[in-house]
Amino acid sequence: MDVGIVSYGAYIPRYRIKPEEIGRVWGVDGKAMGKGLFINQKSVPSPDEDVVTIAAEAARNMMARVPDVDPKDIGAVYVGSESHPYAVKPTATIVAESICATPNMTAADMEFACKAGTAGIQVCMGLVGSGMVRYGVAIGADTSQGAPGDALEYSASAGGAAYLIGSENIIAKINKTLSFTTDTPDFWRREGMPYPKHGGRFTGEPAYFRHVTSAAKMMMEAMGTKPEDYKYAIFHQPNGKFPTRVAAQLGFTNEQIAQGLLTPEIGNTYSGAVPLGLASVLDVAEPGDRIFVTSYGSGAGSDAFDITVTDNIKDYRRENAPTVAQRMAKTVVIDYARYAMFKDKIVMPSSE
Amino acid sequence: MSSVAKEWREIPGRYNLEGSKCPCCGKVYFPKRNMCPVCRRESIGKMEPYSISRKGEVYTFSIIHDAPDFTTKLKPYAVAMVKTTDGIMISAQLVDVDPADVRIGMPVRAVLRKIKTDGPDGVIHYGYKFVPDE
Repeated sequence: MDVGIVSYGAYIPRYRIKPEEIGRVWGVDGKAMGKGLFINQKSVPSPDEDVVTIAAEAARNMMARVPDVDPKDIGAVYVGSESHPYAVKPTATIVAESICATPNMTAADMEFACKAGTAGIQVCMGLVGSGMVRYGVAIGADTSQGAPGDALEYSASAGGAAYLIGSENIIAKINKTLSFTTDTPDFWRREGMPYPKHGGRFTGEPAYFRHVTSAAKMMMEAMGTKPEDYKYAIFHQPNGKFPTRVAAQLGFTNEQIAQGLLTPEIGNTYSGAVPLGLASVLDVAEPGDRIFVTSYGSGAGSDAFDITVTDNIKDYRRENAPTVAQRMAKTVVIDYARYAMFKDKIVMPSSE
Repeated sequence: MSSVAKEWREIPGRYNLEGSKCPCCGKVYFPKRNMCPVCRRESIGKMEPYSISRKGEVYTFSIIHDAPDFTTKLKPYAVAMVKTTDGIMISAQLVDVDPADVRIGMPVRAVLRKIKTDGPDGVIHYGYKFVPDE
Protein backbone atom coordinates (compact mmCIF):
# COMPACT_ATOMS: atom_id res chain seq x y z
CA MET A 1 0.00 0.00 0.00
CA ASP A 2 1.34 3.45 -0.93
CA VAL A 3 1.17 5.91 1.96
CA GLY A 4 1.72 9.60 1.55
CA ILE A 5 0.49 13.15 1.73
CA VAL A 6 -3.16 13.64 0.76
CA SER A 7 -3.21 17.34 1.63
CA TYR A 8 -1.30 20.02 3.53
CA GLY A 9 -1.86 23.51 4.91
CA ALA A 10 0.39 26.19 6.36
CA TYR A 11 0.08 29.16 8.65
CA ILE A 12 2.51 31.91 9.68
CA PRO A 13 1.47 34.90 11.85
CA ARG A 14 1.71 38.31 10.18
CA TYR A 15 3.96 40.20 12.62
CA ARG A 16 7.75 40.40 12.20
CA ILE A 17 10.66 41.77 14.21
CA LYS A 18 14.16 42.36 12.85
CA PRO A 19 17.46 41.36 14.54
CA GLU A 20 18.74 44.95 14.50
CA GLU A 21 15.74 45.99 16.61
CA ILE A 22 16.38 43.21 19.15
CA GLY A 23 20.09 44.11 19.20
CA ARG A 24 19.28 47.79 19.74
CA VAL A 25 17.58 46.96 23.04
CA TRP A 26 20.33 44.67 24.36
CA GLY A 27 23.34 46.70 23.21
CA VAL A 28 24.34 44.12 20.61
CA ASP A 29 25.12 44.59 16.92
CA GLY A 30 21.85 42.97 15.86
CA LYS A 31 22.56 43.41 12.18
CA ALA A 32 25.79 41.43 12.52
CA MET A 33 23.93 38.86 14.65
CA GLY A 34 21.29 38.51 11.93
CA LYS A 35 23.96 38.21 9.25
CA GLY A 36 25.81 35.55 11.26
CA LEU A 37 22.63 33.54 11.76
CA PHE A 38 21.37 34.34 8.22
CA ILE A 39 18.10 35.68 9.63
CA ASN A 40 16.63 38.92 8.25
CA GLN A 41 13.48 38.88 10.40
CA LYS A 42 11.35 36.48 12.43
CA SER A 43 7.61 35.97 12.82
CA VAL A 44 5.83 36.99 16.03
CA PRO A 45 2.42 35.65 17.08
CA SER A 46 -0.39 38.10 17.82
CA PRO A 47 -1.46 38.19 21.52
CA ASP A 48 -4.53 36.11 20.61
CA GLU A 49 -2.52 33.43 18.81
CA ASP A 50 -0.89 30.32 20.23
CA VAL A 51 -0.07 26.79 19.07
CA VAL A 52 -3.76 25.84 19.11
CA THR A 53 -4.81 28.69 16.81
CA ILE A 54 -1.80 28.25 14.50
CA ALA A 55 -2.36 24.49 14.25
CA ALA A 56 -6.11 24.98 13.71
CA GLU A 57 -5.56 27.47 10.89
CA ALA A 58 -3.00 25.18 9.21
CA ALA A 59 -5.40 22.22 9.59
CA ARG A 60 -8.33 24.19 8.15
CA ASN A 61 -6.17 25.22 5.18
CA MET A 62 -5.28 21.54 4.75
CA MET A 63 -8.96 20.49 4.77
CA ALA A 64 -9.99 23.35 2.41
CA ARG A 65 -7.80 21.80 -0.29
CA VAL A 66 -9.58 18.42 -0.13
CA PRO A 67 -13.30 19.31 -0.05
CA ASP A 68 -14.19 15.69 -0.85
CA VAL A 69 -12.52 14.31 2.28
CA ASP A 70 -15.02 13.83 5.11
CA PRO A 71 -13.36 14.96 8.36
CA LYS A 72 -15.17 12.10 10.10
CA ASP A 73 -12.81 9.73 8.21
CA ILE A 74 -9.85 11.15 10.12
CA GLY A 75 -8.84 8.54 12.69
CA ALA A 76 -5.92 10.30 14.38
CA VAL A 77 -4.74 13.85 15.10
CA TYR A 78 -1.25 14.55 16.46
CA VAL A 79 0.11 18.00 17.20
CA GLY A 80 3.86 18.28 17.71
CA SER A 81 5.14 21.34 19.56
CA GLU A 82 7.37 22.48 22.39
CA SER A 83 4.99 25.33 23.23
CA HIS A 84 1.62 23.66 23.82
CA PRO A 85 -0.59 26.20 25.65
CA TYR A 86 -1.44 23.71 28.38
CA ALA A 87 0.99 21.54 30.34
CA VAL A 88 -1.91 19.09 30.79
CA LYS A 89 -4.81 19.25 28.28
CA PRO A 90 -4.18 18.28 24.68
CA THR A 91 -3.81 20.81 21.90
CA ALA A 92 -4.83 18.03 19.49
CA THR A 93 -8.42 17.73 20.81
CA ILE A 94 -9.06 21.45 20.27
CA VAL A 95 -7.59 21.33 16.77
CA ALA A 96 -9.57 18.16 15.93
CA GLU A 97 -12.76 19.87 17.09
CA SER A 98 -11.97 22.88 14.88
CA ILE A 99 -11.95 20.67 11.76
CA CYS A 100 -14.99 18.63 12.89
CA ALA A 101 -12.97 15.38 13.10
CA THR A 102 -14.17 14.41 16.59
CA PRO A 103 -15.24 12.14 18.28
CA ASN A 104 -14.40 8.78 16.64
CA MET A 105 -10.64 9.24 16.54
CA THR A 106 -7.52 9.16 18.66
CA ALA A 107 -5.45 12.23 19.48
CA ALA A 108 -2.30 13.20 21.34
CA ASP A 109 0.26 15.94 21.66
CA MET A 110 3.86 15.25 20.80
CA GLU A 111 7.08 16.86 21.95
CA PHE A 112 10.57 16.39 20.55
CA ALA A 113 12.02 19.91 20.37
CA CYS A 114 11.96 20.88 16.66
CA LYS A 115 11.04 17.51 15.17
CA ALA A 116 7.75 16.69 16.90
CA GLY A 117 5.88 17.50 13.67
CA THR A 118 7.78 15.01 11.52
CA ALA A 119 7.49 12.41 14.32
CA GLY A 120 3.71 12.84 13.97
CA ILE A 121 3.94 12.20 10.23
CA GLN A 122 5.78 8.93 10.94
CA VAL A 123 3.13 7.81 13.46
CA CYS A 124 0.34 8.60 10.98
CA MET A 125 2.18 6.63 8.26
CA GLY A 126 2.19 3.61 10.56
CA LEU A 127 -1.49 3.94 11.42
CA VAL A 128 -2.52 4.36 7.78
CA GLY A 129 -0.16 1.67 6.51
CA SER A 130 -1.45 -0.86 9.03
CA GLY A 131 -5.05 -0.08 8.15
CA MET A 132 -5.88 1.20 11.63
CA VAL A 133 -7.06 4.58 10.30
CA ARG A 134 -8.10 5.90 6.89
CA TYR A 135 -6.54 9.33 7.39
CA GLY A 136 -4.21 10.71 10.04
CA VAL A 137 -3.39 14.37 10.68
CA ALA A 138 0.12 15.38 11.75
CA ILE A 139 0.82 18.98 12.64
CA GLY A 140 4.04 20.73 13.63
CA ALA A 141 3.49 24.16 15.20
CA ASP A 142 5.26 26.38 17.70
CA THR A 143 5.32 29.78 19.34
CA SER A 144 8.86 29.23 20.48
CA GLN A 145 10.54 31.06 23.33
CA GLY A 146 13.98 32.56 23.49
CA ALA A 147 15.13 34.14 26.76
CA PRO A 148 15.36 37.95 26.49
CA GLY A 149 18.84 38.91 25.35
CA ASP A 150 19.82 35.30 24.53
CA ALA A 151 20.99 34.34 21.03
CA LEU A 152 17.75 32.36 20.61
CA GLU A 153 15.72 35.55 20.84
CA TYR A 154 16.94 36.48 17.37
CA SER A 155 15.52 33.32 15.83
CA ALA A 156 12.69 31.79 17.94
CA SER A 157 9.48 32.46 16.00
CA ALA A 158 5.99 31.13 15.32
CA GLY A 159 4.24 29.14 12.61
CA GLY A 160 3.07 25.69 11.65
CA ALA A 161 1.93 23.30 8.97
CA ALA A 162 -0.54 20.41 8.88
CA TYR A 163 -0.41 17.18 6.87
CA LEU A 164 -3.22 14.80 6.00
CA ILE A 165 -1.64 11.37 5.68
CA GLY A 166 -3.48 8.64 3.84
CA SER A 167 -3.34 6.08 1.06
CA GLU A 168 -5.98 7.40 -1.34
CA ASN A 169 -5.43 10.23 -3.85
CA ILE A 170 -2.00 10.99 -2.44
CA ILE A 171 -0.33 14.06 -3.96
CA ALA A 172 3.07 12.92 -2.72
CA LYS A 173 4.15 9.37 -1.96
CA ILE A 174 6.44 8.89 1.02
CA ASN A 175 8.82 6.24 -0.35
CA LYS A 176 10.60 5.73 2.94
CA THR A 177 11.22 7.26 6.34
CA LEU A 178 13.90 6.50 8.90
CA SER A 179 15.37 8.14 11.99
CA PHE A 180 18.67 8.62 13.80
CA THR A 181 18.25 9.17 17.56
CA THR A 182 20.64 9.51 20.53
CA ASP A 183 20.64 11.01 24.03
CA THR A 184 22.36 14.35 23.35
CA PRO A 185 21.53 17.23 25.75
CA ASP A 186 22.12 20.18 23.40
CA PHE A 187 18.92 22.11 24.20
CA TRP A 188 16.26 21.63 26.87
CA ARG A 189 13.58 23.28 28.98
CA ARG A 190 12.74 21.97 32.42
CA GLU A 191 9.12 21.66 33.61
CA GLY A 192 7.75 25.06 34.70
CA MET A 193 10.63 27.05 33.25
CA PRO A 194 9.63 29.84 30.86
CA TYR A 195 12.71 29.70 28.64
CA PRO A 196 14.85 26.89 27.22
CA LYS A 197 18.59 26.58 27.79
CA HIS A 198 21.13 25.36 25.27
CA GLY A 199 24.70 24.20 25.07
CA GLY A 200 25.90 27.05 22.85
CA ARG A 201 28.37 25.70 20.30
CA PHE A 202 27.56 22.17 21.50
CA THR A 203 24.29 22.47 19.54
CA GLY A 204 26.35 22.33 16.33
CA GLU A 205 28.69 19.44 15.49
CA PRO A 206 27.70 16.70 18.00
CA ALA A 207 24.03 17.62 17.82
CA TYR A 208 22.53 19.15 14.65
CA PHE A 209 25.23 18.17 12.17
CA ARG A 210 25.83 14.63 13.45
CA HIS A 211 22.15 13.70 13.50
CA VAL A 212 21.12 15.38 10.25
CA THR A 213 24.04 14.01 8.24
CA SER A 214 23.67 10.52 9.75
CA ALA A 215 19.95 10.29 8.96
CA ALA A 216 20.44 11.80 5.50
CA LYS A 217 23.28 9.42 4.59
CA MET A 218 21.33 6.42 5.92
CA MET A 219 18.40 7.42 3.74
CA MET A 220 20.44 7.83 0.55
CA GLU A 221 22.19 4.53 1.25
CA ALA A 222 18.87 2.75 1.84
CA MET A 223 17.31 4.21 -1.29
CA GLY A 224 20.45 3.94 -3.44
CA THR A 225 20.20 7.63 -4.29
CA LYS A 226 22.54 10.60 -4.58
CA PRO A 227 21.82 14.29 -3.86
CA GLU A 228 21.38 15.03 -7.57
CA ASP A 229 18.44 12.57 -7.72
CA TYR A 230 16.32 15.06 -5.79
CA LYS A 231 14.82 18.27 -7.11
CA TYR A 232 14.26 19.76 -3.65
CA ALA A 233 15.79 19.24 -0.22
CA ILE A 234 14.52 20.52 3.12
CA PHE A 235 16.68 20.41 6.24
CA HIS A 236 15.77 21.58 9.71
CA GLN A 237 16.52 25.27 9.89
CA PRO A 238 17.19 26.67 13.38
CA ASN A 239 18.80 29.56 11.50
CA GLY A 240 19.71 30.10 7.86
CA LYS A 241 23.33 29.04 8.38
CA PHE A 242 23.01 25.43 9.60
CA PRO A 243 20.83 24.05 6.77
CA THR A 244 22.96 25.80 4.15
CA ARG A 245 26.12 24.27 5.63
CA VAL A 246 24.70 20.78 6.12
CA ALA A 247 23.34 20.78 2.56
CA ALA A 248 26.81 21.60 1.24
CA GLN A 249 28.39 18.90 3.43
CA LEU A 250 26.00 16.31 2.00
CA GLY A 251 26.43 17.48 -1.59
CA PHE A 252 23.14 19.33 -2.12
CA THR A 253 23.18 22.68 -3.96
CA ASN A 254 21.73 26.03 -2.89
CA GLU A 255 19.16 25.69 -5.71
CA GLN A 256 17.85 22.45 -4.20
CA ILE A 257 17.30 23.98 -0.74
CA ALA A 258 16.16 27.50 -1.73
CA GLN A 259 12.40 26.82 -2.02
CA GLY A 260 12.22 25.12 1.37
CA LEU A 261 14.52 27.50 3.26
CA LEU A 262 12.19 29.91 5.06
CA THR A 263 14.11 30.73 8.24
CA PRO A 264 15.86 33.84 6.82
CA GLU A 265 12.43 35.53 6.47
CA ILE A 266 10.34 33.95 9.26
CA GLY A 267 12.87 32.70 11.84
CA ASN A 268 12.96 29.28 13.46
CA THR A 269 9.42 27.97 13.80
CA TYR A 270 10.76 24.90 15.66
CA SER A 271 8.27 22.03 15.16
CA GLY A 272 6.80 24.04 12.28
CA ALA A 273 10.13 24.53 10.48
CA VAL A 274 10.48 21.42 8.30
CA PRO A 275 6.69 21.03 7.82
CA LEU A 276 6.54 24.66 6.59
CA GLY A 277 9.60 24.18 4.35
CA LEU A 278 7.98 21.09 2.82
CA ALA A 279 4.71 23.02 2.37
CA SER A 280 6.60 25.73 0.48
CA VAL A 281 8.05 23.06 -1.82
CA LEU A 282 4.66 21.37 -2.35
CA ASP A 283 3.27 24.81 -3.29
CA VAL A 284 5.33 24.68 -6.49
CA ALA A 285 6.08 20.96 -6.95
CA GLU A 286 5.13 19.09 -10.12
CA PRO A 287 4.46 15.41 -10.80
CA GLY A 288 7.61 13.31 -10.57
CA ASP A 289 9.57 15.78 -8.42
CA ARG A 290 11.59 13.96 -5.79
CA ILE A 291 11.95 15.65 -2.39
CA PHE A 292 14.50 14.94 0.32
CA VAL A 293 13.56 15.89 3.88
CA THR A 294 15.54 15.69 7.12
CA SER A 295 14.27 17.23 10.32
CA TYR A 296 16.16 17.68 13.57
CA GLY A 297 14.99 17.84 17.15
CA SER A 298 17.31 18.63 20.02
CA GLY A 299 17.72 15.97 22.62
CA ALA A 300 18.33 14.59 19.88
CA GLY A 301 17.14 13.02 16.68
CA SER A 302 16.55 13.38 12.97
CA ASP A 303 13.73 12.00 10.80
CA ALA A 304 14.48 11.59 7.10
CA PHE A 305 11.88 11.22 4.34
CA ASP A 306 12.18 10.35 0.65
CA ILE A 307 9.13 11.71 -1.18
CA THR A 308 7.91 11.63 -4.79
CA VAL A 309 5.19 13.99 -6.03
CA THR A 310 2.42 12.15 -7.91
CA ASP A 311 0.18 13.04 -10.87
CA ASN A 312 -2.67 13.71 -8.42
CA ILE A 313 -1.14 17.10 -7.63
CA LYS A 314 -2.43 18.34 -11.01
CA ASP A 315 -6.06 18.03 -9.83
CA TYR A 316 -5.28 19.01 -6.24
CA ARG A 317 -7.00 22.23 -5.11
CA ARG A 318 -3.91 24.13 -3.98
CA GLU A 319 -5.72 27.39 -4.72
CA ASN A 320 -8.28 26.74 -1.94
CA ALA A 321 -5.84 27.98 0.71
CA PRO A 322 -3.00 30.51 0.81
CA THR A 323 0.47 29.36 -0.21
CA VAL A 324 3.44 29.83 2.10
CA ALA A 325 4.68 32.65 -0.16
CA GLN A 326 1.29 34.39 0.12
CA ARG A 327 1.40 34.05 3.92
CA MET A 328 4.90 35.56 3.90
CA ALA A 329 4.01 38.48 1.64
CA LYS A 330 1.74 40.49 3.94
CA THR A 331 3.62 41.36 7.08
CA VAL A 332 3.75 44.09 9.71
CA VAL A 333 7.13 44.85 11.30
CA ILE A 334 6.90 45.74 15.00
CA ASP A 335 9.36 47.27 17.46
CA TYR A 336 10.74 45.58 20.59
CA ALA A 337 8.28 47.33 22.92
CA ARG A 338 5.30 45.90 21.06
CA TYR A 339 7.06 42.55 20.76
CA ALA A 340 7.60 42.48 24.53
CA MET A 341 3.90 43.23 25.09
CA PHE A 342 2.79 40.60 22.55
CA LYS A 343 5.04 37.94 24.09
CA ASP A 344 3.81 38.61 27.66
CA LYS A 345 7.17 39.97 28.77
CA ILE A 346 5.47 42.97 30.42
CA VAL A 347 3.87 42.34 33.81
CA MET A 348 0.23 43.38 33.62
CA PRO A 349 -2.17 44.10 36.50
CA SER A 350 -4.33 41.12 37.43
CA SER A 351 -7.81 41.12 35.95
CA GLU A 352 -9.16 38.57 38.42
CA MET B 1 -13.89 32.87 36.46
CA SER B 2 -16.40 31.71 33.88
CA SER B 3 -18.23 28.40 34.01
CA VAL B 4 -16.22 25.68 32.30
CA ALA B 5 -19.42 23.74 31.55
CA LYS B 6 -21.13 26.75 29.98
CA GLU B 7 -18.14 27.53 27.79
CA TRP B 8 -17.86 23.86 26.81
CA ARG B 9 -21.49 23.78 25.68
CA GLU B 10 -20.79 26.69 23.35
CA ILE B 11 -17.77 25.08 21.62
CA PRO B 12 -19.57 24.04 18.38
CA GLY B 13 -20.72 27.61 17.86
CA ARG B 14 -17.50 29.26 19.02
CA TYR B 15 -15.13 27.10 16.95
CA ASN B 16 -17.14 26.22 13.88
CA LEU B 17 -20.02 28.71 13.72
CA GLU B 18 -22.60 25.99 14.31
CA GLY B 19 -26.04 27.55 14.57
CA SER B 20 -29.46 26.01 14.42
CA LYS B 21 -32.15 25.85 11.75
CA CYS B 22 -35.88 25.64 12.27
CA PRO B 23 -37.23 22.69 10.24
CA CYS B 24 -40.66 24.36 10.07
CA CYS B 25 -39.86 27.81 8.65
CA GLY B 26 -36.21 27.32 7.61
CA LYS B 27 -34.90 30.28 9.61
CA VAL B 28 -31.28 29.99 10.82
CA TYR B 29 -30.19 31.22 14.25
CA PHE B 30 -26.74 32.05 15.58
CA PRO B 31 -25.96 31.45 18.38
CA LYS B 32 -28.08 28.34 18.20
CA ARG B 33 -31.52 28.24 19.78
CA ASN B 34 -33.46 25.28 21.13
CA MET B 35 -36.73 26.75 19.88
CA CYS B 36 -37.73 28.92 16.92
CA PRO B 37 -39.35 32.10 18.27
CA VAL B 38 -41.57 32.23 15.16
CA CYS B 39 -42.79 28.63 15.06
CA ARG B 40 -42.57 28.20 18.84
CA ARG B 41 -43.92 24.81 20.06
CA GLU B 42 -43.93 23.43 16.52
CA SER B 43 -40.11 23.61 16.58
CA ILE B 44 -39.41 22.26 20.08
CA GLY B 45 -37.12 19.24 19.91
CA LYS B 46 -36.79 19.54 16.15
CA MET B 47 -34.20 22.33 15.73
CA GLU B 48 -31.37 21.09 13.50
CA PRO B 49 -27.66 21.97 13.69
CA TYR B 50 -26.61 24.27 10.86
CA SER B 51 -23.03 25.09 9.83
CA ILE B 52 -22.80 28.76 8.99
CA SER B 53 -20.35 29.87 6.29
CA ARG B 54 -17.03 31.09 7.65
CA LYS B 55 -16.86 33.68 4.88
CA GLY B 56 -18.68 36.97 4.70
CA GLU B 57 -18.32 40.73 4.53
CA VAL B 58 -18.26 43.64 6.96
CA TYR B 59 -21.84 44.92 7.24
CA THR B 60 -20.92 47.67 9.69
CA PHE B 61 -18.22 48.25 12.29
CA SER B 62 -17.01 50.31 15.23
CA ILE B 63 -13.46 51.08 16.41
CA ILE B 64 -12.81 50.15 20.05
CA HIS B 65 -10.35 52.38 21.92
CA ASP B 66 -11.30 51.43 25.49
CA ALA B 67 -10.96 47.66 25.54
CA PRO B 68 -11.69 44.96 28.10
CA ASP B 69 -8.65 43.40 29.81
CA PHE B 70 -7.95 40.52 27.48
CA THR B 71 -8.11 42.51 24.25
CA THR B 72 -6.23 45.53 25.57
CA LYS B 73 -3.02 44.43 23.82
CA LEU B 74 -4.77 44.62 20.46
CA LYS B 75 -6.35 48.06 20.77
CA PRO B 76 -7.41 50.01 18.90
CA TYR B 77 -9.33 47.35 17.00
CA ALA B 78 -12.57 47.01 15.08
CA VAL B 79 -15.65 45.10 16.13
CA ALA B 80 -17.87 44.34 13.19
CA MET B 81 -21.24 42.97 12.29
CA VAL B 82 -20.29 40.41 9.66
CA LYS B 83 -22.88 39.26 7.15
CA THR B 84 -21.88 35.72 6.16
CA THR B 85 -22.29 34.47 2.61
CA ASP B 86 -25.41 32.61 3.75
CA GLY B 87 -26.88 35.84 5.11
CA ILE B 88 -26.40 35.37 8.85
CA MET B 89 -25.30 38.37 10.92
CA ILE B 90 -22.49 37.74 13.43
CA SER B 91 -20.81 40.26 15.73
CA ALA B 92 -17.09 39.69 16.23
CA GLN B 93 -13.68 41.27 16.64
CA LEU B 94 -11.66 41.93 13.48
CA VAL B 95 -7.95 41.11 13.79
CA ASP B 96 -4.85 41.17 11.56
CA VAL B 97 -6.05 44.42 10.04
CA ASP B 98 -5.25 48.07 10.70
CA PRO B 99 -8.49 49.75 11.92
CA ALA B 100 -7.90 52.48 9.30
CA ASP B 101 -8.19 49.86 6.55
CA VAL B 102 -11.55 48.44 7.69
CA ARG B 103 -14.42 49.30 5.35
CA ILE B 104 -18.02 48.29 4.87
CA GLY B 105 -18.24 45.48 2.33
CA MET B 106 -14.71 44.21 3.07
CA PRO B 107 -14.48 40.42 2.52
CA VAL B 108 -13.62 38.62 5.76
CA ARG B 109 -13.36 35.05 7.01
CA ALA B 110 -13.63 33.50 10.45
CA VAL B 111 -10.50 32.20 12.18
CA LEU B 112 -9.94 30.52 15.54
CA ARG B 113 -8.26 32.78 18.10
CA LYS B 114 -7.91 33.07 21.85
CA ILE B 115 -10.89 35.00 23.19
CA LYS B 116 -9.90 35.11 26.86
CA THR B 117 -8.21 33.11 29.58
CA ASP B 118 -9.42 32.40 33.11
CA GLY B 119 -6.24 33.76 34.67
CA PRO B 120 -2.80 32.12 34.44
CA ASP B 121 -4.04 28.73 35.70
CA GLY B 122 -7.54 28.63 34.24
CA VAL B 123 -9.08 27.43 31.01
CA ILE B 124 -8.16 29.14 27.73
CA HIS B 125 -11.26 30.01 25.73
CA TYR B 126 -10.98 29.86 21.96
CA GLY B 127 -13.48 31.18 19.48
CA TYR B 128 -14.11 32.98 16.22
CA LYS B 129 -12.70 36.30 15.15
CA PHE B 130 -12.61 37.59 11.60
CA VAL B 131 -9.64 38.52 9.40
CA PRO B 132 -9.51 40.06 5.91
CA ASP B 133 -10.13 37.35 3.31
CA GLU B 134 -7.37 38.00 0.79
